[in-house]
Amino acid sequence: MTKSNILIEVINIKKSFGSLHTLEDISLKLEKNQFVSILGPSGCGKSTLFDIISGLELPDSGKILINGKNYNGKTGRVSYMHQKDLMFPWNNVINNVCLPMFIKGENRKKSYIKAKKYFPDFGLKGFENNYPNQLSGGMRQRAALLRTYLFANDIMLLDEPFGNLDAITRRKMQLWLLGIWDRMNASVLFVTHDIDEAIFLSDKIYLLSRRPAVVREIFNMDIERPRDNKTLTSMKFNKLKEKIITLL
Amino acid sequence: MKKNIKNKFYPIIFFTALLLIWEGISRLKVFPPFILPSPSSILVSLVTNFTSMQHHVLITLYEAIIGFIIAILLSLTMAIAMDSIIGFKKTLYPILIISQTIPIIIIAPLFIIWFGYGYTPKIVIVTLICFFPITISLMQGLATVDKELIDLLKSMGSNKIQIYKFVKMPSSMPSFFSGLKIAATYSIMGATIGEWVGGKNGLGVYMIRAKQSFATDRVFAAIIIITVLSILLLKIIEFAEKKYMPWLKFSKET
Ligand SMILES: Nc1ncnc2c1ncn2[C@@H]1O[C@H](COP(=O)(O)OP(=O)(O)OP(=O)(O)O)[C@@H](O)[C@H]1O
Ligand SMILES: [Mg+2]
Repeated sequence: MTKSNILIEVINIKKSFGSLHTLEDISLKLEKNQFVSILGPSGCGKSTLFDIISGLELPDSGKILINGKNYNGKTGRVSYMHQKDLMFPWNNVINNVCLPMFIKGENRKKSYIKAKKYFPDFGLKGFENNYPNQLSGGMRQRAALLRTYLFANDIMLLDEPFGNLDAITRRKMQLWLLGIWDRMNASVLFVTHDIDEAIFLSDKIYLLSRRPAVVREIFNMDIERPRDNKTLTSMKFNKLKEKIITLL
Repeated sequence: MKKNIKNKFYPIIFFTALLLIWEGISRLKVFPPFILPSPSSILVSLVTNFTSMQHHVLITLYEAIIGFIIAILLSLTMAIAMDSIIGFKKTLYPILIISQTIPIIIIAPLFIIWFGYGYTPKIVIVTLICFFPITISLMQGLATVDKELIDLLKSMGSNKIQIYKFVKMPSSMPSFFSGLKIAATYSIMGATIGEWVGGKNGLGVYMIRAKQSFATDRVFAAIIIITVLSILLLKIIEFAEKKYMPWLKFSKET
């Protein structure tokens, strides 16, 4: 791999909140068109790491390079789906989903047309004019994912995007995500608690330790693509799963 | 809906009983009519004097509404300025709080000296009275916006104005409206106080004249009109609130 293929480079990130040493020393790389997952125990600092990569938080030390340039504390470059769905209660679904386009100053009508195309895929059709408080947790999460996608960036940070979904919807959304990831030539950093999900989706998995967090292990998923439901029962899949579970 | 009716049932019964007792006392001539006119005579006075009062009502309403609107505009500017510039807030907020310990009625004569007997001093008084509750509630709203929503917008690269437009303002609308409701009920009172202190027209002037000629029934008639106007303004604000924030219907009702 040449250097130019590396999109995000996280270099020796360290972050404490007061006396709470959250991230001790985290380094990782996301290459172009790669799908990389981050697995780690609750509270180890995965969301904090995403806050730092997206520029919302500053690290105590270390660097975030995007396309080789320093992005410490600079927002607006990557699309970031937070762990909470963060719907705006005063906006209906369509206005929530179109928010990133409004912020970019795009035309309202055009934004609506663009967004509405995706409503069936996301299981939100017919709910365009509903308010977030009228939606289920899963629907809110799908709306948040659609909003992230409509920010239309080559790099997406997804923090447990399917955490609130039932198994069936979850599988559907995973397949959908793989589809757009492939079509859009997007690169994804993905946080999850679900080992199956991580293996199924990823090219690479970073396993983080408990707080203060370091990278404990890196797994390369050499399972061929495109992946489908058969992947989940394949030999390779189960071998990888075993390897990860023994480490947890 | 049913609950609503039940809630109103008891106060209505109580109030009717009170009026009947009052009517009885007046009919028995326990007090002379210029001390306590009967409710029925107040009603008669309200109807017969209505045409001559109309002019005063409109003037008071005009002063109250203009003062209220100016207060809203001022509050919006001040609250946003104080929210976005910390130094501004640190300087002005304590002054604002202390200023509230000065009763408006004792400084009202000053405005008459400065601005004369026309509409201006009344509008100034209404503005001053309404300004505080609106500004404070809006500031509170702005200060308690969900930080994570702001972070989300920031992660999308939004600027300061967009943060106000998309999060801070809509999120503080509920508290802004509660400030508006308080101010709306104060506004008519403010205009009336201004007219008491000095003026040629308006319900306050009408009341003073009625008082001086011992026409207590007309004083009561004016009180009724002031109350009704205050409630009316409040209802208009409540209507606007529901219209403007339909999403509140769905928030955490269960
Ligand atoms: N702004 C903050 N101020 C103080 N402490 C914080 C802050 N943000 C996070 N923390 C703390 O840092 C630690 C890591 O939090 P973080 O949300 O990054 O964990 P996580 O790995 O995403 O956990 P989970 O898997 O449960 O989402 C937690 O102990 C949390 O309490
Ligand atoms: Mg988290």
